[in-house]
Amino acid sequence: MDSASDTDLLRTALHDLHVELGAKMVPFAGYSMPVQYPLGVLKEHLQTREKAGLFDVSHMGQCWLVGENPAQALESLCPADLQGLTTGQQRYSQFLNDEGTILDDLMVTKPVNPDYSDRLYLVVNAACKDQDYALMNEKLAGKAEVVVIDRALLAIQGPAAAEATARVLGDAVLTQPFMTQTEVEFEGDTLLVSRSGYSGEDGYEISVSNEKADALARALLDQPEVEAIGLGARDSLRLESGLCLYGNDIDTTTSPIEAALLWSIGKSRRAGGEAEGGFPGADKILAQIANGVSRKRVGVQPEGRAPAREGTIITDMDGNEIGKITSGGFGPTTGSPVAMGYVAIDHAKVGTDIQLMVRNKAVPAKVAKMPFIEQRYYRG
Amino acid sequence: MSTIRYSEDHEWVSVDNGVATIGITDFAQKALGDVVFVELPETGDTVSQGGETGVVESVKAASEIYAPVSGEVVEINEELEANPGLVNEDAEGDAWFFKIKLSAESELEELMSADDYKNFTEESE
Repeated sequence: MDSASDTDLLRTALHDLHVELGAKMVPFAGYSMPVQYPLGVLKEHLQTREKAGLFDVSHMGQCWLVGENPAQALESLCPADLQGLTTGQQRYSQFLNDEGTILDDLMVTKPVNPDYSDRLYLVVNAACKDQDYALMNEKLAGKAEVVVIDRALLAIQGPAAAEATARVLGDAVLTQPFMTQTEVEFEGDTLLVSRSGYSGEDGYEISVSNEKADALARALLDQPEVEAIGLGARDSLRLESGLCLYGNDIDTTTSPIEAALLWSIGKSRRAGGEAEGGFPGADKILAQIANGVSRKRVGVQPEGRAPAREGTIITDMDGNEIGKITSGGFGPTTGSPVAMGYVAIDHAKVGTDIQLMVRNKAVPAKVAKMPFIEQRYYRG
Repeated sequence: MSTIRYSEDHEWVSVDNGVATIGITDFAQKALGDVVFVELPETGDTVSQGGETGVVESVKAASEIYAPVSGEVVEINEELEANPGLVNEDAEGDAWFFKIKLSAESELEELMSADDYKNFTEESE
């Protein structure tokens, strides 16, 4: 990396802490981000599954969507049931285009603060955030507008995350249910604490002011169960957990139905629901729900130890191409290669024998159930 | 006594009685990170200098292994199949990849000495 591109990169509020901890910094979505710390990707992954890991995800886009009825407005861009969100509840959704394919995926939360009844809290992908903000401001003009939140975002994940976080932020976080948000005071700053994440483990995502981010990160890292974890392990954790990465597993060529994200399409938005359709590409999506799709995102378990990376061609047992791997690598917790990708619908059943063309050789594999590990969310 | 030579692809080559033992350097294993899979050639394969002879994969990515010298593969380190992490523990020792019976010893002249390789890695950092 030359010095010119180095200086062009944005830095998060935790940049100095990453450097101090010995992180290897890489350019990611315009930011200088820690891909790994001295522990290394494998041990960071296992640390998160066994105890707890702290991630800097401040590059992601946080914003308010402010308006008279922001949930109703956002439903014109996203297929989730957003008007049905109760106070403090969080939901996963996607921005769709008129083809019914995915522009980005996001988390939407109805804030607990009564002063914020005019807004929703959104977290979007770093690489898509400018485009997402522009999309909302254009399509929702007159109904709602984006107010960008310039704050840091930390994630703490792992079976010991709750206990460690409670020691810093108080016991209230212990009983907070999965996919809800609360406000917690920390050194004069009001944190937005969501019980959610991207690892398949219990944990929180915490929005904190840039000024207090370093103090909060250090307080969490001071807990004996917690280590700093880089983007490398974040990727292997989400892959084992079967979670989509925008740009790899979902993009403008995939619909949420093909991507096996039907669960995220609100019952109210489906045929016969009280807010049926009304999102971009609704005719196509509702037709896919009714009639099925020609291909589907599935888990793939290669035999042996050779990882099948993104772009690997999937064939049937006769060598006919039936799809492609969209994310693949080695699962440190499964101790085996793991992957996901799209296959023709007649090969999408769990247990189907398939082949992966790894370096021009056919590697036997099976369509596998996802997640590859047991998700351990706190449901109260 | 054998001398160790180094390639620009970060392999080490230790020659003894016309047979070269080949592995990746400690510098290379550090850059790769945790190694999870090693694919080796088969005994009896004929390889030519610069040709692809295997793959080493870390949690992050796959990297090709290129033959630093030409010849016949006479032995592979089967231990690496079961325990690829050995590459991170002892890259320039127990975690050798394969042995090649040299067909052109003069190719060794094209490889770097330990000092040259050290300078080479410092420049590329």
